[in-house]
Amino acid sequence: MEELAVEMKGVTVAYNGVSVLEDINLEIKAGRYVGILGPNGAGKSTLLKTILGLIRPNQGEVAVFGQSPQKLRSHGRPVGYLPQRPLGNPHFPVSVLDVVLMGRYGRIGLCRRAREEDRQSARRQLELLGIPHLAGKLIGEISGGEQQRVFIARALGAEPRLLVLDEPTVSLDVCVQDEVFELVFELKQKLDLTILVVSHDIGAVARHVDDIICINRRIHVHQPPPLGRLGLESTFGCSVEYLFHGQIPHRVVKAQDD
Amino acid sequence: MIDLLSLGFLQRALLAGVLVSLLCGVLSIFVVLRRMAFLGAGISHSAFGGVTLGFLLGVNPLWTGIGFSVLVALAIEWAQTHTRVEEDTAIGIFFAASMALGLVFLHLSRSYNADAFGLLFGNILAIDRTQVWQIFGITVAVLFIILAFFKEMVFLSFDEEMAWVSGVPVKALRYLFLVIMALVIIVSIYLVGIILVSALLVIPGATAQNLGKQLWNMLLISAIVAVGCTAGGLLLSCLLDFPSGATIVLLLSLVYLLTTAVPWLRSRHTGR
Repeated sequence: MEELAVEMKGVTVAYNGVSVLEDINLEIKAGRYVGILGPNGAGKSTLLKTILGLIRPNQGEVAVFGQSPQKLRSHGRPVGYLPQRPLGNPHFPVSVLDVVLMGRYGRIGLCRRAREEDRQSARRQLELLGIPHLAGKLIGEISGGEQQRVFIARALGAEPRLLVLDEPTVSLDVCVQDEVFELVFELKQKLDLTILVVSHDIGAVARHVDDIICINRRIHVHQPPPLGRLGLESTFGCSVEYLFHGQIPHRVVKAQDD
Repeated sequence: MIDLLSLGFLQRALLAGVLVSLLCGVLSIFVVLRRMAFLGAGISHSAFGGVTLGFLLGVNPLWTGIGFSVLVALAIEWAQTHTRVEEDTAIGIFFAASMALGLVFLHLSRSYNADAFGLLFGNILAIDRTQVWQIFGITVAVLFIILAFFKEMVFLSFDEEMAWVSGVPVKALRYLFLVIMALVIIVSIYLVGIILVSALLVIPGATAQNLGKQLWNMLLISAIVAVGCTAGGLLLSCLLDFPSGATIVLLLSLVYLLTTAVPWLRSRHTGR
């Protein structure tokens, strides 16, 4: 039997009495690359945060590699995570190497300083992401695309088996967006990772992932490509129009209520 | 000047001032990076209630002040995480309620106005030997805690959510940081008083942001600015017969204003 990376049974999450996720039942097998699509407010980020353990469900159970996310975290094998806006203060006075090292702080433990092996591991992550030359630069001094690479390196710092990316291309230009998806695909192959990625870019997601989860409070799982118009329309709750680039729908260019 | 420095009260004031400002200089970096300046002002004003409670009960106001400030700091944190109240609203409520409580305590204790004036504006020159030892003890304890949890505090300041995901005990460290802040604020009240204490928690860190780029540089600059302005301000206040707390804060503000030109000059030089 194949190992399950994520298992959710009857998960419901509500804020102030308003449900954001309803009765989610989901199984993601280890080693899959899964895209999560949905309109604004559909619960994409909430789904990720529930898997990470940042949000506790009102009902139901979440297991990551058979353990609760909280237990996994306390055992020093947390889930690798790239938040939607990872750099709150662009003038924060830390170097790229310091940022990548942060991903290992849970493993290093309280009241202990990073050792040489931790530094070497952080440098290895930077090499893996193709940016070893940036180690000494300040995080605010590098480009947006380079920053995303640094934060992916940090997410890999604790040597996770599951990598969760929340809108990794949201503030990047189109060329860099494709680069990031390619990079994540390469990392999956090299490190044998399970990857969950939330994105608005339907075309990019459809090109790289094994499964697509369409979410709008409830979920539907699809196997791309091609990604059916009806499936997307039922998720987004409105009609969608594709702009075709070759075989794969590249982008939703218009969304309108009839 | 040498005659001045041979005076016992000035020696004690200088020693206490250096210790307190060193603490404030180090903590100031975190206050600025975590954008907690208003929280600092809130806790310092809340301390008024605790210190005047000491006057009323006839016990050492340092301990009642610490207890009260820690409680208020924790209550602000609890209110914003467990209720719908935003942090600045919670601070505004506790800040005003504690000041009002302090005024009632002061009225009931029938303390001299001089006590209240010293609390509000600081009176480092009146510090005694026991108080210097108390400040020394708190300085050592707080510096030890900051050093022990330094990497986690930096991570929390950078990205709390990610720190939690990485396995750092965020909630416990947030509470610990608030306790440290309350301790530092209470001992800083000796130096500059409740009204001006937030200046010591903000200006050194803000000045360091103007001058430094790396965290350790900024820490060093912040500590040097805080200690230098405190020692300089104290001596200047004796020479000019000015209030010591106000002189220190004015000197800090002047240094900050002068350093604001540095980032501008740097950007012109690099053409960015």
